[in-house]
Amino acid sequence: MSDSTTSVALPADWRDFFALTKPRVMSLVIFTGLCGLLAAPGSIHPVLGFTAILCIALGAGGAAALNQWWEADIDAGMKRTQARPLPAGRLQRTDARDFGVLISVASVLIMGLGVNWLAAAILALSIVYYAVIYTIWLKPRTPQNIVIGGGAGAFPPLIGWVAVTGDITLMPVLLFLIIFMWTPPHFWALALFVKTDYANVGIPMMPVVKGEKSTRRQIFVYAVLLVPIAAAPWFIGGTGYVYGIAALALSLAFLALSLPVAFRQTGETDTMKPEKRLFAFSILYLFALFAALVADRVLANNGWIA
Amino acid sequence: MTPEEEAEFRRRQKSRNLVVGGILLFLALLFYVITIARM
Repeated sequence: MSDSTTSVALPADWRDFFALTKPRVMSLVIFTGLCGLLAAPGSIHPVLGFTAILCIALGAGGAAALNQWWEADIDAGMKRTQARPLPAGRLQRTDARDFGVLISVASVLIMGLGVNWLAAAILALSIVYYAVIYTIWLKPRTPQNIVIGGGAGAFPPLIGWVAVTGDITLMPVLLFLIIFMWTPPHFWALALFVKTDYANVGIPMMPVVKGEKSTRRQIFVYAVLLVPIAAAPWFIGGTGYVYGIAALALSLAFLALSLPVAFRQTGETDTMKPEKRLFAFSILYLFALFAALVADRVLANNGWIA
Repeated sequence: MTPEEEAEFRRRQKSRNLVVGGILLFLALLFYVITIARM
């Protein structure tokens, strides 16, 4: 073999397969999935709880790999994404597709066999939702793509909850709705100050299609809707006042920070401070809200709050 | 294939084999403990 002059393609580095799973996004998925699992009433064996979170992470990784397989050409045309393994040519497209299918199917089967089949079914739905309905179908067709994509990110706490309870009630659906309503203002705040080249590759992002003014108003509308939805778990008696007060305080702060973003006009040299502040707070918001949910459950389980 | 390319080829092959082996071992252990947990 060493005497041959034939060029042989190098096998892809395992780190490139790992990069396909979008590990940074996965960390948020693991956090919200874990919070759903810890906040659910009842208990789950630690091994099965670990398995559920592992499957949620694997499913998210599989969907991310399929997303990058489908969007390799789009990624190649944008600065932010052109160093990813596929556009950079470090990985074969078919390898990425097969890898995505393999870990997606494995995550659903392990969830079904190890935890319960309802959680597995919702996990399968979330993968199809992200990889097919969002990535393939709606993302290139509508400026509402972020609203729809938010649904994909909203599944983990629902799956974590169902892994424990085995059934769907209003509470996990509310957790789903919170992330669903949170995603558009979170992402559009970022889109306002990071000028991406989505327009050049034919993806209809809201600030490009409807303009900045409309995007700013929609950020505000979602921030308003988020207040009652985030507090709803308390209103329906699903949580105690620790979560309720935290949810109201955090959501009102979110709303207050969205106000200057919603009703201002910017020039070329604007530093976009309110938008950056809203984006930074939106990340803290989600972490703090779900942490409050878990804290509330822990306090209630120990009899410290009603 | 130059000696440098071959060395890189072998290095990648080895690291991939180690990762796949590690994953398989982990899965075998996971299925074992899931079985115990569900009994």
